[in-house]
Amino acid sequence: MSDINLTIDGQAVKAAPGTLVINAAKQVGIEIPSFCYYDGLQSVAACRMCLVEIEKTPKLQVACTTPVAEGMVVRTESPTVREARKGTIEFLLTNHPLDCPVCDKGGECELQDMTFRYGAGESRFVEQKLHVDEQQWSPVVFFDAPRCILCYRCVRVCDEGMGVNALGVINRGAHAEIAPNHFDHLECDECGMCIDICPVGALTSGMYRYKTRPWEMHHVGTICTHCSNGCKTTLGVRNNQIIRGNNRDQSGINGEFLCIKGRYAFDFVHSPERLQSPMLRKNGALEPVSWAEALSAVAQKLKEVKARGGKFAVIGSNHTTNEENYYLQKFAREALGTASIDHHRTGDVPTLLDALSGKTGALATTDDLYNRKAILVIGSDLSQQHPFLAFQIRANYRHHNAHIYTVTAGPVREQKQAVRSIMTIPGQELEDVESLRDQLKAEPELVIVFGDAIKGDGVHKLVAFGDSLGIPVKYVCLVDYSNSRGASDMGLSPRLGPGYRPVSEPGLAYDEILAAADLDVFWVVGANPLKQNALASEKAFVVVNEMFLTETALRADVVFPAASAYEKNGTVTNVCGEVQRLKAGLQVMGTKPDLEIIGLVSKEMGINIGIWTHDKVFDEIRTSVHGYNIPLPIVASGGAAQTTPVNGHVPASSRPDLIQSSRDTLFTSGSLGRYSKTLSSVLEAPGGLYSGERP
Amino acid sequence: MTFSPELEARFAKMLESYPPGRTRSAVVPMLLYAQDEVGHISHELIEEVARRCKVTPLQVDEVVGYYSMLHKKPQGKVHVQVCTNISCLIDGGEELFQHASKTLGIGNKETTPDGQFSLEEVECIGACSWAPAIQMNYDFHHHVTPEKLDKLIDELRRKQ
Amino acid sequence: MLYNDPHPLEVKIVTKRFGLPNSASLDTYLATDGFKAFFKAMEMTPEQIIEEVKLSALRGRGGAGFPAGLKWSFVPRNSPLPKYVIINADESEPGTCKDRLLMENDPHQLLEGILIAGRAIGAHKGYIYIRGEYRYLIEAMDRAISEAYARGYLGKNIQDTGFDFDIYTHSGAGAYECGEETALLDSIEGKRGIPRMKPPFPAVVGAWQAPTLINNVETLSAVPAIIRDGAAAFAALGPPKNGGTRMICLSGHINKPGVYELPVGFNLLRMIYEVGGGMRNGKKLKAVVPGGSSCPLLKAEECDIPMDFDTLAKVKSMLGSGGTVVLDEDTCMVRFALRIMKFYAHESCGWCIPCREGTTWLKKMLQRFHDGGGQKSDIPLIGELSKNMLGRTFCALGDAAAMPTISIVEKFPEDFEAHLNGRPCPYAHAAEPVFA
Ligand SMILES: Cc1cc2nc3c(=O)[nH]c(=O)nc-3n(C[C@H](O)[C@H](O)[C@H](O)COP(=O)(O)O)c2cc1C
Ligand code: SF4
Ligand code: SF4
Ligand code: SF4
Ligand code: SF4
Ligand code: FES
Ligand code: FES
Repeated sequence: MSDINLTIDGQAVKAAPGTLVINAAKQVGIEIPSFCYYDGLQSVAACRMCLVEIEKTPKLQVACTTPVAEGMVVRTESPTVREARKGTIEFLLTNHPLDCPVCDKGGECELQDMTFRYGAGESRFVEQKLHVDEQQWSPVVFFDAPRCILCYRCVRVCDEGMGVNALGVINRGAHAEIAPNHFDHLECDECGMCIDICPVGALTSGMYRYKTRPWEMHHVGTICTHCSNGCKTTLGVRNNQIIRGNNRDQSGINGEFLCIKGRYAFDFVHSPERLQSPMLRKNGALEPVSWAEALSAVAQKLKEVKARGGKFAVIGSNHTTNEENYYLQKFAREALGTASIDHHRTGDVPTLLDALSGKTGALATTDDLYNRKAILVIGSDLSQQHPFLAFQIRANYRHHNAHIYTVTAGPVREQKQAVRSIMTIPGQELEDVESLRDQLKAEPELVIVFGDAIKGDGVHKLVAFGDSLGIPVKYVCLVDYSNSRGASDMGLSPRLGPGYRPVSEPGLAYDEILAAADLDVFWVVGANPLKQNALASEKAFVVVNEMFLTETALRADVVFPAASAYEKNGTVTNVCGEVQRLKAGLQVMGTKPDLEIIGLVSKEMGINIGIWTHDKVFDEIRTSVHGYNIPLPIVASGGAAQTTPVNGHVPASSRPDLIQSSRDTLFTSGSLGRYSKTLSSVLEAPGGLYSGERP
Repeated sequence: MTFSPELEARFAKMLESYPPGRTRSAVVPMLLYAQDEVGHISHELIEEVARRCKVTPLQVDEVVGYYSMLHKKPQGKVHVQVCTNISCLIDGGEELFQHASKTLGIGNKETTPDGQFSLEEVECIGACSWAPAIQMNYDFHHHVTPEKLDKLIDELRRKQ
Repeated sequence: MLYNDPHPLEVKIVTKRFGLPNSASLDTYLATDGFKAFFKAMEMTPEQIIEEVKLSALRGRGGAGFPAGLKWSFVPRNSPLPKYVIINADESEPGTCKDRLLMENDPHQLLEGILIAGRAIGAHKGYIYIRGEYRYLIEAMDRAISEAYARGYLGKNIQDTGFDFDIYTHSGAGAYECGEETALLDSIEGKRGIPRMKPPFPAVVGAWQAPTLINNVETLSAVPAIIRDGAAAFAALGPPKNGGTRMICLSGHINKPGVYELPVGFNLLRMIYEVGGGMRNGKKLKAVVPGGSSCPLLKAEECDIPMDFDTLAKVKSMLGSGGTVVLDEDTCMVRFALRIMKFYAHESCGWCIPCREGTTWLKKMLQRFHDGGGQKSDIPLIGELSKNMLGRTFCALGDAAAMPTISIVEKFPEDFEAHLNGRPCPYAHAAEPVFA
């Protein structure tokens, strides 16, 4: 259909049919003030702020629901319009407390801005205001009714955006109020989307309230360190303290989305249990020592074991940066001369890459989940395990009417929107997928999202199934943590080097390492293998880079206090293979990034495996890891660039028996979650995986 | 929760009267009829109606505060509703309300300590041409004077 | 039951059975031309029925006065979803008490009207949305419906015509806003009565997303007579484009308040002085609310007019729902305006800012004013704030609150002046903060 021509404030505007006047105006830089309109959510036309004059219509019209029409003449700044706006703001302020200086939203409040720009100087309201006490609805969500302007953004984002529907409106008229789903409290995802979207200080977060004023923080855009979805989060930092996380500027792959972990679970950083000094085992007990002492103890031991041809093994992290992972495997392979390096594998990425060998564009991006016409989810409770991917799919359904299919072992939120859902029995996923064949064949295109239920040969079968549909199919192999994908791509693997290059002499895999009774040195970087396993080798000298005294750290001979992702620079690769940049927001006294720790140890050992600054290592990754030759400016400017790490046969069996998701829910996050006060405070609320909707 | 057999029968019929899958439509009438039987709308009742109509308790709670005939607080056995809207106002409705308040010893939306009467000033009840009008529970009384009101209340008191 | 005596000037079309013994029974109905129109309609095509209703110049009796036939024609012929007829029996406009009588005294006339409407738009289900306070009418309608089912006038293959139709009652629970047709739709779907965005209009996307015809009780009650006796006869009763009769609910300071069926276009002064028996106690006429509380008031000298939709529009008021409230010289217009605003503040659904906050502000201000705390600057402010609502709210309730208020401050400034400087109400109404 051809564009529609209209005039807004004397400017000629071209807009696609169906465009709302408010958006047509935005195209030419005219901002029509609005409270209730919110891009991507259904219009409610409730605030009446966006009234404009449209020639040949007697009454003012709301720009947020009126579509453009050929020859339409719109005025957004006529005296009548301005007077109407002023009137609306005056009405709004009648019941609104006028104590901006003590309001949590002061300085970031849309009502404050609008009043400043369009409002009247003095209020003519001399009557008594309604008063209602502030309420706490959950550890995360507080509500102050008198500040609420009833724009219904929170209600809509929770319903449409989150699919939770935990907020509603009670009472009538001036007594109308937003209310939580359990009379006086909330049981929900605790994502804070409602708080984030609230234009005023009505909904506030337990984490941030009254801790600071917005202008007293500096803001650092980085990537959430919890799950593999790779949401951008902007940390508000003051005095080396993270005060809040949000993504108000909507940059990054996730727009404004963040789940509870990305928005609030940064608090592990400031946990009193955080390790802030190296520890050395002396007389059987771990004691704090200086960095110099710890580094030299480790270097001595490593040199000594290496000299006598002892046995090394390394387990790397799903949370550390690509640079750290790359550097770690290089250190293991080149400095220690071992191929026994692995990480906790949570999804069968290598087999998928192998199965897709020869295909291009077969790996889906997070954007594909929002834009492709059909999505098949296999074996994952996405809303619990992959909140952002679930959000994308929900939005795809709402905005594009995407067809969603689910094959899961229990009820999942996605079923509400699915055209077909199959409850499967673990192990039988592929058979059930087969029964969708005819329906899927009729789709124009498909994205298949699969969890650890499909691995090894199953992945080959799945791709063969996809091929047989005769439509373009893309895949997402779900993995658990913020850089699980990077760990795999960077070669934290006994059989595959960076970029899935085969290694000539394979080392020990995860289980073999733990079972090797003759291990001399065991170095664990940012992982907790001893939580569920025992270490067979009693004599092993154990080095652990950690933030906390985990089960593994307790077995260590030396513990290096590691910096968290929020304290370092580098890159991570999300579940869809999108590379994004981490930016240090603060420093925690006594800690060092793992990259530096490894660098210092090798220096102490007198071995040179290259400079350990993150940008130098990234340069090396770009040249030596297949697919990581991504455009620098995109990453440097905080964007996401997708990699395709290999396009060819991956020459190693993936050991499907080692692949296991840790089944974190919305409110757990491996070790990190244990040290997040926020996550532990909401722990009683969540259902486990596949428990469907909570009441 | 279970209700009287008559009410259960009504609810069964009610749920069937709407198009398939539209049981939510029964929420408002179900709440009103249930309230008539059990006295007020408790959280338990909200959850019960939610279950029967296949909606969330919040979706029921949203409705309760919206409709002025639905009450979360227990009402008197006889709920006296005095219209003071325009036609009644100019024919003594407001004075009638003041009088009812004095006679019963309670204010607007209050209940007598013995739980027998509650009083509410209400909007037009559709009896404007026979003003001033009141409703006692669902019974209409037209052309009500203070004397007539006292008599009505007296009779009810004696019955109880 | 009837609550007032009929008047000889009445023209009995929809009330013709009122006062007959057992007027609500199906037998009485059948004995007095009942269901003749239905059988006639079954012989007509849907288009012919709609044409006939158009020709009758029947306009909506619920308030807006929209031409009924035209509305019927908006319902799409073909729809993948079943269509519905919804009868608006929410009757909540202050001053209005007529639908009540129609359902109480002649329920089968309404049922027949619904059947004809259903036939015309191709619907097979009808829902009568009755305000919760009218419990006895829900029971009365349920009785009539059961009777009609038992005798084959509802249900499958009605009277062997091959036409199926089901009718149900649905209870409201106290909300004026649910009389607004789209809020009514949300309400019947079990939600808060919040109005919907238009377009789409209910005729296209209505109840449960399906095409829906919404008409007032009186509107549909007039349909059997139109089909039975012909559109021309009905149209001829009123001025052009204003067919038939209206049930006028006369209330206020007159000798014989009551509901009377009068031809559309009947002179307002004659209503008051002839039908209504004149002003009570020989007082002077001060003002009239012509058609329910939403209508701008008329001053005494504006009252010599025919009561039809178009004439009232010309004098910037409305015929509304037929609630004609007559005020005498002793009426305090500040108190009257206050009561109107209390009503709208209480009934505002709260969805949009200007209505929710505007009505509350004005209520508080008028209360203070009436209590003697008024200032001169409040007088223009009342008008200004009302105008800040007018035409800017989501639905017509905001306008309904603004319009009478604007007319009262404009037409009766002296009543406001008289309350200034802490003076008590000159009409001797004590300050009574009642409606908290
Ligand atoms: C605030 C408001 C309240 C209304 N209340 C009623 C009502 O109680 N009864 C009614 O029939 N129409 C009422 N209406 C009018 C309806 O919206 C609608 O126009 C009418 O039901 C259509 O039927 P009709 O064309 O037969 O009049 C109301 C409108 C508004 C804006
Ligand atoms: S925190 Fe998230 S899930 Fe909970 S009410 Fe707010 S938007 Fe809904
Ligand atoms: S709480 Fe905030 S977002 Fe929700 S309706 Fe009120 S002002 Fe809007
Ligand atoms: S979805 Fe994952 S990446 Fe995004 S905020 Fe939540 S935990 Fe962090
Ligand atoms: S005008 Fe606005 S607040 Fe008032 S009843 Fe209509 S939608 Fe509700
Ligand atoms: S932005 Fe249009 S009405 Fe709120
Ligand atoms: S105004 Fe009292 S019944 Fe209508």
